[in-house]
Amino acid sequence: MPAPLISVRDLVKVYPLGETEVRALNGVSIDIIEGEFVAVMGPSGSGKSTFMNLVGCLDTPTAGSYWLAGEDIAHLERDALAGIRNRLIGFVFQQFNLLPRTSALENVELPLLYAGVPAAERHARAQAKLVQVGLASREHHHPAQLSGGQQQRVAIARALVNDPKLILADEPTGALDSVTSLEVMALLQQLNRGGITVVVVTHEQDIAAFASRLLAFRDGKLIGDVQNAPRDAAAMLAAQRSSSHQAAVAAA
Amino acid sequence: MNFLATLKVALAALRVNKLRSALTMLGIIIGVGAVITMVAVGAGAQARVEDQIKSLGSNLIIILSGNFTSGGVRMGSGSQLTITEDDAYALAREIPAIQAAAPNLRGNGQVVFGNSNWATQIYGITPEYLEARQWDVVAGEAINPSHVDSAAKVVLMGQTVARTLFGDSDPVGETVRIRRVPHTIIGVLDRKGQSMIGQDQDDVVLIPISTARKRVLGGTQVKSRNVQNITVRVRDGGDVGATEQEMRALLRQRHKLQPSQEDDFFIRNLSEVLAAQEASSKILALLLAAVASVSLMVGGIGIMNIMLVSVTERTREIGLRMAVGARGRDILMQFLVEAVTLALIGGLIGIALGACASFAVGYFAGWRTEMSVTAVLLAFSFAAAVGVFFGFYPARTASRLVPIEALRHE
Repeated sequence: MPAPLISVRDLVKVYPLGETEVRALNGVSIDIIEGEFVAVMGPSGSGKSTFMNLVGCLDTPTAGSYWLAGEDIAHLERDALAGIRNRLIGFVFQQFNLLPRTSALENVELPLLYAGVPAAERHARAQAKLVQVGLASREHHHPAQLSGGQQQRVAIARALVNDPKLILADEPTGALDSVTSLEVMALLQQLNRGGITVVVVTHEQDIAAFASRLLAFRDGKLIGDVQNAPRDAAAMLAAQRSSSHQAAVAAA
Repeated sequence: MNFLATLKVALAALRVNKLRSALTMLGIIIGVGAVITMVAVGAGAQARVEDQIKSLGSNLIIILSGNFTSGGVRMGSGSQLTITEDDAYALAREIPAIQAAAPNLRGNGQVVFGNSNWATQIYGITPEYLEARQWDVVAGEAINPSHVDSAAKVVLMGQTVARTLFGDSDPVGETVRIRRVPHTIIGVLDRKGQSMIGQDQDDVVLIPISTARKRVLGGTQVKSRNVQNITVRVRDGGDVGATEQEMRALLRQRHKLQPSQEDDFFIRNLSEVLAAQEASSKILALLLAAVASVSLMVGGIGIMNIMLVSVTERTREIGLRMAVGARGRDILMQFLVEAVTLALIGGLIGIALGACASFAVGYFAGWRTEMSVTAVLLAFSFAAAVGVFFGFYPARTASRLVPIEALRHE
C-alpha cells in the first residue's frame, strides 16, 4: 500500500462564538492515498467545509496533526503554508473566483507569479493548461466574456498550472447547469486518471457518484467512509449528447 | 514575486478604476503643486528682498573719520578727518576682496540755476564712488579720472535736484552754480530712492573730489588729502566680516596706531539689517511651504482612505491570491506599490502643475518666482514618503487577512 498523500489524526477545529465556542471539527482521523478521487459529503454545519479548509492549508487546526505529502503542516507559519498551497494544492471554488477584468491567461498564470516563474515560462505553461481544459481559443477573454462552464475550466487550468499533487474542489458544480456539471466532472475524472488526487466537497449525491471513495460528515465527525464504483462522466456526457441528437433528429 | 510583476499588478488595479485613481491622485497633485508653487513664490520674495538690500548696499562698508578729543570733550565721528584718499587707494590695492574703495568729501550748499535754487548735499567723489554705490548715469556721462586730475568744474545731478531745478527739461550741458562756483552738468544719476533710514538719496550733486576740495568745499581741507569717509564695496560672495577685519588692521598699520590706542576711524556696515531682512523672508518662505505641506498631507490621507476602501472591496481577490500562494509580503507589496504609484504619478503631475502655476503667478501677478531643483526633488520625495506612510496601514491590513475568511468575504 502506497504512503498516504493526506494523513490527519484527531483533527479539531474550535471557533470562538461570543461566550461559547463551536467545535466545527471534533476529532477526525483519515488517510487519503495518492490517486484517489474522494467526495466529502454532509449537511451544512457538518464540518465538511472546515475539513476542506484545513486540508487546503487555508486555516490551521486547533489540535491534532496533519501530514501532507510527508510534511507536517499543523504547526507551519502563514508564509510556509502559502508556499505549500502554491506548490502542492490547486483550488476550484463554487464561484470560480477568477480576477475580474483580467484575461483567462493571466488568471491561469497567477499561481506561477507567486512561485517566481519568469514571464515567458509563465505564458507557455498557462497556455498549455488552457489547451488541456479545452479553452485554447479563449486565452485573451475576460471572465465576463466566458460562460459559467468556461470560467470553471479556467479555474481548473489555474489549479493545474503548478502541477499540484492535490486538487480541492469546493462545490465545483454548485453554480453550473447539469450538462456543464457533467463536463466539469469529466474533466476532474480525466485529471484523476492522470494521477492527481482529487477531493470534492458536495452535497449532491449525483456528483458524489463520480468519486471512488465517499466520506460522510455529521456534527464535526466522520461518520461514513465507503469505496464507490465511480460513474464515468465522459461516457454519460457522450450518451446524453447522442440521445439529444437523436431527439433532435426525431423531432425533425 | 518580483518587483516588475508587482508593479504590473498594481498598475492594472489602478487602471480598472481610472476615475477613482485620478481623484485620489488629485490630492497629491494639488499638494505637490502647492508646495512647489509656494516655495517658488517664497524663494522669489526672498531673492527680491536680497536684491533690494544689495542695491541699498548689503556689501557696502563705510569708513568714517575718527573722533577728535578737545579738552576731554570727545567730538564724535568725523569731527577730525583722520583718513585720507591714499588710505582708500591702499585698501583697494592691498585687499583682494574689495571691489572698489571710494574716498569722498561731503558738504552742503546752495545750487543755483537761473532764478531757482535748492539746498542740497554736495559730494566730492572719484569715479570709484559710482562703482561702489552701483549707481548708473542715465543721461550724459559719468565723472572720469581726467575730471578728477584737472579739478574740472563738472557735476552729476541727483534726480531730486535735477527735477527741482529743471522740471522736465534736459539738464545735461546746462551750467549751475554750486556755492557760487559755476559747474557744467555732464550727467544725471539714476533714481536711488530712499535710504533705509528715510533719507532721499537722490537729493545730492556729485562733483570731482579735487574740485570739491580746491574750489567748492574749501576750508581746512584744501591742502591735505584727508576725507570724511571711504565707501568700500566688497566683491559679490566676499566675506564682509573678514574684509572688515583686514581693513581695520591695514588702517591701524597705516595710521601707526599702538595696540593700546583705540581706532581713529569707524567702520560701519549694513549686515545686521541684511540679516534681519533675510530672516524675515526666510520665515515667510517657510510659512508658505508649511501651509502647502498641509495640503500634501491631506492628499496622503485621501490615498489612505481610498486604499482602505480598495482593500475591503478586494478582500475576496486577496483571499484568492493567498489561496494560490501569495505570502503576506506579496500582498503587502502589491498594495504598497499601488499607493506609492498613485503618489508618484500624482507627484509628477503635481510638479508640472506647480511649474505652470509658478509661471502663471510670475506672469499675471508680476511676482518674482524662483523654482528650485531642491524644492522639486523635496516635494517629489515627500510625495513618495506620503505614499509609503499612508499606504502602509491599508497594505498591512490586507496582508494580515486570514485566507479562508477573505475568500468567504461577501
